[in-house]
Amino acid sequence: MTDARIITGNQAAAVAARLCDVQVIAAYPITPQSQLAEILSQFVESGQLRAEYVRVEGEHSAMTVCIGASTVGARVFTATSANGLLYMHEQLHWAAGSRLPIVMCCVNRGVGAPWSIFNDQQDSLAQRDTGWIQIYCRDNQEILDTVIQAYRIAETVYAPVMVCYDGFVLSHTMMPVVSPAPAAVRKFLPPYRPHTILDAANPLTLNSVLLPNRRPDAEGTLCDGYMEMRWKLQNALDRAPEVIREVNRSFAEAFGRDHGGMLWTHRTEDAEVILSGMGSLAAEATVAADALREEGIRAGVVGIRVYRPFPAKEAVEAFRGAKAIVLFEKSISYGYEGGLCSDLKAAFYGSGILAPIHDHVAGLGGRDVKARELVEAVKSSLARIQAGERDLKTTWLNCATE
Amino acid sequence: MPHNLFKIHEKEYVLPGTRACQGCGLSIAYRFALKALREDTIVTFPACCLCVLHGLYPLTPVLVPSVNSTFAATAASASGIAAGLAALNRTETTVVAFAGDGGTFDMGIQALSGAAERGTDFIYVAYDNEGYMNTGTQRSSATPMGALTTTTPVLTKQQHKKDFLKIMEAHQIPYVATTTPAYPIDLYDKFVRAKRIKGTRFIHIHTPCPPGWQYPTKDTIRIGRLAVDTGLCVLFEVENGKFRFTGRSRTLAEKGNKLPVVHYVEKQGRFKKMSIEQLNQLQAWVDDRWEEYRRRAAESK
Amino acid sequence: MKKKDENISAMCRPTVGEAGRTGDWRDLRPVIDHSKCTPFVKKKAACYLCWLYCPEAVVKAGIPVEIDLEYCKGCGICAEECPSRAISMVREDQCND
Repeated sequence: MTDARIITGNQAAAVAARLCDVQVIAAYPITPQSQLAEILSQFVESGQLRAEYVRVEGEHSAMTVCIGASTVGARVFTATSANGLLYMHEQLHWAAGSRLPIVMCCVNRGVGAPWSIFNDQQDSLAQRDTGWIQIYCRDNQEILDTVIQAYRIAETVYAPVMVCYDGFVLSHTMMPVVSPAPAAVRKFLPPYRPHTILDAANPLTLNSVLLPNRRPDAEGTLCDGYMEMRWKLQNALDRAPEVIREVNRSFAEAFGRDHGGMLWTHRTEDAEVILSGMGSLAAEATVAADALREEGIRAGVVGIRVYRPFPAKEAVEAFRGAKAIVLFEKSISYGYEGGLCSDLKAAFYGSGILAPIHDHVAGLGGRDVKARELVEAVKSSLARIQAGERDLKTTWLNCATE
Repeated sequence: MPHNLFKIHEKEYVLPGTRACQGCGLSIAYRFALKALREDTIVTFPACCLCVLHGLYPLTPVLVPSVNSTFAATAASASGIAAGLAALNRTETTVVAFAGDGGTFDMGIQALSGAAERGTDFIYVAYDNEGYMNTGTQRSSATPMGALTTTTPVLTKQQHKKDFLKIMEAHQIPYVATTTPAYPIDLYDKFVRAKRIKGTRFIHIHTPCPPGWQYPTKDTIRIGRLAVDTGLCVLFEVENGKFRFTGRSRTLAEKGNKLPVVHYVEKQGRFKKMSIEQLNQLQAWVDDRWEEYRRRAAESK
Repeated sequence: MKKKDENISAMCRPTVGEAGRTGDWRDLRPVIDHSKCTPFVKKKAACYLCWLYCPEAVVKAGIPVEIDLEYCKGCGICAEECPSRAISMVREDQCND
């Protein structure tokens, strides 16, 4: 039995958390995440979800509560946006270094200063190096499905997962979403088994100081130094794509929806120009690609679904054959270019992909990005490339830069 | 063994050979706190002297399950542990947060205030060595007036210590107490009492520190006792709003023979640049608090 | 086969001497004169303030009182607090062993 309902992205995330039988929730309200925190409170107070809800006094504490509860063996959930996520930054590193399978929704929003409550992806992109797996969703169905997948990924890899979706564009927009049966989700997602049990019979101290060099334990086994322990995190994320693909496959088998694993493609087989991006902007690019094809330009889209670990191998395969690549990003690494652009260029290095890449920063602080604007941007890129231009500086789309 | 020592739980939960300094007041306090709390306890603490005492990976001297946390987060870490245990129906386990004055009076105040306001079921312990001792004796808001620290190296601390106990009392939590390792039985009794109470309990431990306070390692107990005798550290507990002196402070209050603070100050190198004016201000600060406590003790009777 | 560190996060197990033989830190050694020590003199469990105040839990509250010199850091609190002045702190280089 499944039921399809018209719900917002925040509702989809809340329903997913309930389906995953989360045991501890800690959240602090921030636009555009607030509705999610409210719905979960409603679930808990009305008895629809048996969980401890800790109404913390700030996001640093929200993540810390998740860390504490996950450490003792509870499945935890939190969500935030923008400056709330930045306020958690220290604890994001701590969660990953502790190898805790925390799942958090990042309802993407621009960061201050100056203030914006509207959508871009600067917040989560700024957390790129914290050791979290990051997955970007296109629509509300993918939000619900990805939260469920995220727990299975996190609890297999022992790394936290950030499920990112665009504020307002998805969080407050209603779409039809199919909600799987609780029993089917329980079958797909076995109970959380912590990697360490804290109890009196086996008193351990967790996350102590590690020295630069390795040190033997009482039995003489040479144990990790700081670098070995950090390498284990890197190794776990290096191996995570295998798990992410497997979870995506199993999910598709169980529920009939395939969101693409590490990345997804749209009409790329014969594409001469490939558009790319993450989240709802990449979904908008599929509309643009279809429109470009109407005009006789063979366009396709590669949507980067998982940003960390970066799908370097898949990207090489997906972009091979393109004569031009046009990127649209809702964030920038100030002083350089969009992070996705840098990462794709690095992935292409030595792969034989030599297509010119034109990066666009778009939709910062909620500036609307319409498919026809993407179409115009691609056409302009192609004109410049055909004119022989190769040094294509990042363009700020729809922005007065003079 | 005198009668009152027999009641102390025999088992040691901190094995010898720790990384703590010689004569460490925290080591004594932690030893008796854990004896009172016993096995079924989870301790969480930030980067601090206690983190050093807990040792370097892959070893620890401590026989109680423990979790490191970040500096601002100790009370939130305890909140998470308590919530996780509640979700797993393991509520018989005592959750204890143990942080220094820096991690409590300064950086940890937000998380602690939040946890206390929510009535989180845990014991929060502030072991107060009156400065950032682990990082090399920098000033904190718990440093007393007139003390030299490495960030008040010439002029000494110009302000009085933050009255953190008042802040915690304002949260209307069921138990607030202050104690010292110089009176281990007072300390032990307060942990035994706190363990039996539900909700947020706050225990402040005035914790002498030989390197930070600049006195010989042998004098830790003596300095701690002088702090009590001069009224700088007042042994009391407030249970459900009812104030009472305990131990040596009760005797002092009854007999009225509190010593002038100079007896305490003159034995510590950190006060060597204290001015007469500062000494007088410190004395007045102590006397005001002492009178207030005496008034409250009388009202509670 | 040599054992490997299988931990994926830093989890520490309890041991004596985490910081090594901390008796090496000592400049002064506590030496007990049992003829002055209360439990030894009275032949009963009494006093034990040295046990009470020891930061390192290296004093054994028996008859006679013993101090684990392998880990005693030599802070001198026991000597300072001994009501019968039975413990003296002696320079390590002046000890016989």
